[in-house]
Amino acid sequence: MDFTLSKKHEMFRTLFQEFATQEVAPMAAEIDESGEFPWVTIKKMASLGFLGLPFPKALGGAGADTLAYIMAVEEISCACAATGVVLSAHVSLGAHPVYQFGTPEQKALFMVPQAKGEKLGAFALTEPNAGTDAAGQQTIAVLEGGEYVLNGTKVFITNGEVADIYIVFAMTDKSKGLKGISAFIMEKGTPGFTFGPQENKMGIRASSTTELIFEDCRIPASNILGKEGDGFKIAMQTLDGGRIGIAAQALGIAQAALNESVRYAKERQQFGKPIGTFQAMQWMIADMGTEIEAARLLVYRAAWLKDMRRPFSKEAAMAKLYASETAMKHTVKAIQIHGGYGYMKDYKVERLMRDAKITEIYEGTSEVQRMVISASLLK
Amino acid sequence: MKIVVCIKQVPNTTEVKFDPKTGTLIREGLPTIINPEDKNALEEALAIAAPLGGQVTVISMGPAQADYALRETLAMGAHEAVLLSDRAFAGADTWATSYALAKAIEKHGEFSLIFCGRQAIDGDTAQVGPELAEHLDIPHVTYVRRIVSLDEKYVVVERALEDGYEVVESTLPALLTTLKELNVPRYPSASGIVTAFDEKKVAVWTAETVGADPAKIGLKGSPTQVKRTFTPSVKGTGKILTGTHKEAVQQLVQELRAKHVV
Ligand SMILES: Cc1cc2nc3c(=O)[nH]c(=O)nc-3n(C[C@H](O)[C@H](O)[C@H](O)COP(=O)(O)OP(=O)(O)OC[C@H]3O[C@@H](n4cnc5c(N)ncnc54)[C@H](O)[C@@H]3O)c2cc1C
Ligand SMILES: Cc1cc2nc3c(=O)[nH]c(=O)nc-3n(C[C@H](O)[C@H](O)[C@H](O)COP(=O)(O)OP(=O)(O)OC[C@H]3O[C@@H](n4cnc5c(N)ncnc54)[C@H](O)[C@@H]3O)c2cc1C
Repeated sequence: MDFTLSKKHEMFRTLFQEFATQEVAPMAAEIDESGEFPWVTIKKMASLGFLGLPFPKALGGAGADTLAYIMAVEEISCACAATGVVLSAHVSLGAHPVYQFGTPEQKALFMVPQAKGEKLGAFALTEPNAGTDAAGQQTIAVLEGGEYVLNGTKVFITNGEVADIYIVFAMTDKSKGLKGISAFIMEKGTPGFTFGPQENKMGIRASSTTELIFEDCRIPASNILGKEGDGFKIAMQTLDGGRIGIAAQALGIAQAALNESVRYAKERQQFGKPIGTFQAMQWMIADMGTEIEAARLLVYRAAWLKDMRRPFSKEAAMAKLYASETAMKHTVKAIQIHGGYGYMKDYKVERLMRDAKITEIYEGTSEVQRMVISASLLK
Repeated sequence: MKIVVCIKQVPNTTEVKFDPKTGTLIREGLPTIINPEDKNALEEALAIAAPLGGQVTVISMGPAQADYALRETLAMGAHEAVLLSDRAFAGADTWATSYALAKAIEKHGEFSLIFCGRQAIDGDTAQVGPELAEHLDIPHVTYVRRIVSLDEKYVVVERALEDGYEVVESTLPALLTTLKELNVPRYPSASGIVTAFDEKKVAVWTAETVGADPAKIGLKGSPTQVKRTFTPSVKGTGKILTGTHKEAVQQLVQELRAKHVV
């Protein structure tokens, strides 16, 4: 067993760190406050190939792998978790399903521009009445004269409105239950496809989250991803991969909490000495460091399994569960270490705690991850 | 247009330690980077080459791990990279270093421009560039802060001086040493990193490959004798006058009078 990164991945890490420090971090607090989508950063990321990291060069990607991609999500989220999720949702949820399940024509038309960073992607599964119970899809798609006609509403869609290409799930045959769900590729600008207002969120505020509304929205029959009835399988397999991305986002947030805590514990003086000399602070920092390292191993291993084309569903769920709960727990501790200052928006830890919470919710709540893990262990 | 860029892998710190016995740098255990001004050199070369369909070759003399620095230049877009590496080069001073680089450049063949950084953050001599130009018998301009124009035959540059700049024209081929003011080096791209590691090779040349005279390389070829190294003391510091504007001006006038300036 060898835990050292290859030289290639070392260079990726350095690049992501430098990019995050120089391009992402300086505006993170400001866009958290304003909720402004980080277009400038996303364009820069596109030009450097970050939006196509794990995809082959022949399909417009950078030709790297899942590990390099999740290190990008980690480092960028360490600077700004909102920018991190734009990347994760685009790559894992937007582009990857077309890469994995698309026809050559669909890849050329939709995925290649996504991998090149020319078009942003999104994934629309959740509905007002179908959250954890994703099978309860009420959006319907009916085949009519060579076109599918979609009607329904999706909620809480990351990259909603800013994305050009959406993977949309809808019922094509209610009588078949899970097997009646299909996946479609939908372009922004299609008549009948509109957006709700931006959600006003607790954290990851600079990311875009909107409703998608479909009213007699017609798309070519060739825009179905896979076959009729493949939708649920496509959604679940896509989320398996996406969870590694969200786990990496959580890892980046947790690492930022540690970085801030270490710095503050050395700087802040009480009773005539740095608070880092008090054992109560030291123990918090020790636990933080240990659990972050454990999370990192889980996340990287899940990515590695995916790159090795081995089963990774359980490991991705474990990585996401553990990394997100680590992020939540230790961003709270980071504020404790900062005392009253940590409660103020002037300090980064205030944002970290708000940003951490979402990682326990989207792409499967922690309860769902435990369901996935236990189902695998008890089978 | 063919352009050569010389880069040095240096420790990522300005606090380099010397071995007091041998007077050589202690490099072990420090993370390394491409000498910062060499990145400006590379950036300029890449920017010049791109519209002309030019070819950028990067050369570095150093130990095997300098391979990593060269891969980084490939990731930034350099077309080829050469590592000049041989135990026989060890212990080189700037003269022996520039001789070895000159032999490598001769072997590499025709070129219009050579870029070097102004100086390395560890050795700090700023000698390698000019010496290299002398070995190759070509003109050189140091401290280039802007390239004004470039055609097939001439390059015109702004050369920074302590209190201004001069405009210098040179025939080609020429060697330029670059300042950080010249440009902002690009990031390596993601696909560039993949290219650098999975698709390209770093050529490794030895003293024999480049036909270097064994007497002129390494410790043997190095006339420099390091007696002592030290950090020069800081130049006299300024004095800050405090108080109200009026008080400060009065103090200033007094001081100037005392020094017989006014
Ligand atoms: C900022 C943000 C971005 C999002 N981005 C996207 C996106 O891009 N695409 C997309 O499709 N969706 C997205 N979502 C939706 C997200 O995935 C859902 O919110 C999530 O799956 C939970 O669904 P729900 O909100 O309906 O909660 P519910 O399903 O109503 O869950 C409420 C609670 O009940 C628990 N629960 C539910 N069922 C069970 C059960 N069987 N056993 C135990 N506990 C259970 C849940 O764990 C949770 O604690 C996003 C959400 C947010 C907030
Ligand atoms: C007083 C002194 C004594 C030294 N003695 C020894 C010794 O005994 N043994 C030893 O190993 N080293 C020794 N060195 C280090 C060695 O001489 C230098 O590292 C080397 O010659 C480069 O000089 P520099 O670092 O001053 O670079 P500079 O002259 O400051 O570099 C200018 C530019 O030249 C180019 N360049 C410099 N070095 C290289 C290179 N290796 N490959 C490609 N391009 C390059 C780069 O573009 C760089 O920006 C000594 C250094 C000094 C200052």
